[in-house]
Amino acid sequence: MIDNGTVATAQHDRREFCVTVAVWCAAMSVIGVLIWILVDIAIGGLAEIDPGFLVEDVQNAGREGGIGPIILSTGLILVVCLTVSIPLSFGTAIALTERVGAETWFARNVRRSLDVLAGVPSIVFGLFGNAFFAMTLGLGYSILSGGLTLACMVLPILIRTSEQAIRAVPAEYRYAAAALGMKRTTIIFRVVIPVAMPTLAAGVVLSVGRALAETAALIFTSGYVARTPGSLLDSGRSLSVHIYDLAMNVPGGGSRAYATACVLVAILLGINMATSLLLRMTGLRHRSETGAAC
Amino acid sequence: MRSDRTLTIVTRTLAVISAAIVVLVVGFLLRESTPALRQIGVSRFFTDASWHPRSGEFNLTPMIVATLVTSLGAIVVAAPMGIASAVFVNFYASRRLAAWHRTLIELLAGIPSVVFGLWGLVVLAPIVATFGGSGQNLFTATIVLGLMVLPTVALLSDAAIAALPREWIQGAAALGIGRSAIVGWIVLPGARRGIGSGIVLALTRALGETMAVLMLAGNIVEMPSSLLSPGRTLNANIALELGYASVGHRSVLFVSGLMLMLVVSAIIFLVSRQRGTRRDR
Repeated sequence: MIDNGTVATAQHDRREFCVTVAVWCAAMSVIGVLIWILVDIAIGGLAEIDPGFLVEDVQNAGREGGIGPIILSTGLILVVCLTVSIPLSFGTAIALTERVGAETWFARNVRRSLDVLAGVPSIVFGLFGNAFFAMTLGLGYSILSGGLTLACMVLPILIRTSEQAIRAVPAEYRYAAAALGMKRTTIIFRVVIPVAMPTLAAGVVLSVGRALAETAALIFTSGYVARTPGSLLDSGRSLSVHIYDLAMNVPGGGSRAYATACVLVAILLGINMATSLLLRMTGLRHRSETGAAC
Repeated sequence: MRSDRTLTIVTRTLAVISAAIVVLVVGFLLRESTPALRQIGVSRFFTDASWHPRSGEFNLTPMIVATLVTSLGAIVVAAPMGIASAVFVNFYASRRLAAWHRTLIELLAGIPSVVFGLWGLVVLAPIVATFGGSGQNLFTATIVLGLMVLPTVALLSDAAIAALPREWIQGAAALGIGRSAIVGWIVLPGARRGIGSGIVLALTRALGETMAVLMLAGNIVEMPSSLLSPGRTLNANIALELGYASVGHRSVLFVSGLMLMLVVSAIIFLVSRQRGTRRDR
């Protein structure tokens, strides 16, 4: 009896030990791979980067020179993307949150279609942008097409974060404002949006991160041209497309691809920190929004 | 009250525009793929001899198989690791370590797919190449794809586990049940729906991923005979060929895009409906 007991305990202890080791190993290997990737990019990239790299023109298909025009194009694509997506998504978020409590038929269906939009593969956005913006609207391969395609792509996440930001404003604020006789428009613009501002900003920053990371949707909308764009109707290559092109289509472009990747990852790390800083300002957590597809 | 009506009209219009984009996407995919569906027909995408768009052969089967193999393989990689990560932050790590772990997982989620592709190409492919071949094959693509979708599994499982009633765990601990048994018999079964939807959403991510697979899978159109053989997924095929595709060929590429879109949307729709019914209950 006693023997049985000790055997069982020993078995339990062993199993407990094995599971603990397995869980730790799995968790640490995930982190290990992440650090491996980051360190690899940093070592490979920093060796190539000098101050000139960030401003000089692309030469010899990217093997020499810098990424000045690429950074400019990326910035312009982002500006187009945000100019369109911010008003759209803030407006939509206000419409979705207009009734506190029960959800309207309208809101439910808008949200459902946004859920589907959130799951659309990025290459499908590329096809759509190519067919709609580039061909049907006649914008061609241009920064405008690329930016508009990205705007469609970041819309679901931007709306979702804006909606959560607006919902997180305590209902008492609205009640108090309404009790003072303010109109709904005034309440939203003078009370709700100012209070929600840091979280709204965090959503925008998060979307910028998504847009920067995107490649597949841009290849056939904003195109490949690595020159400095003269206008929004010129084709412009984004950082991510540049990395892809250097790694796959330019023999000997690997080290420059690393340098560009290093710049891109550095920007994204900055964005990540900005998001968590903004969210810490409001004391809200942002666990559910990142990483989740819907 | 007039300005209130303006606000309602303006915001609702914006909401309708946002909601209409998905209709627009589907509409354009359908419009562009109609010629192929009319002239070639669905069955020829599976029965044609091979994929030679210039000579009018449009067999998509090898690419569909490659897409499914890499995506499902990615889930096989990501699911155990992701769930283990979620269990780790909730039951094994100290509070501070857990916070770090979550931050790093979110960081992993934010790394662009081209960077994953680049790393896979330069670091992982040469390692895989020691098993034979060039290293650019379905196996390499699957591993990297698994790493990319891992955060989705980890974060959603984490949320599902954290949402469990604390009394269950405290009650089990009070009965003297060990930590591994609590996780195995109470936590994972209790959170299985949340974990399940995390895995399914990770699958949709894997199905939709293009760049990393394009850079790693070798891109040869042939029926994969083993994991170490190169292959080309539907997404990679679109990215490779849309640039120079002629009219009929272009239309077939839109058909493959439509296929991807429909599969992914159907999965998401089912998941969201399941969530909806659970909420009603």
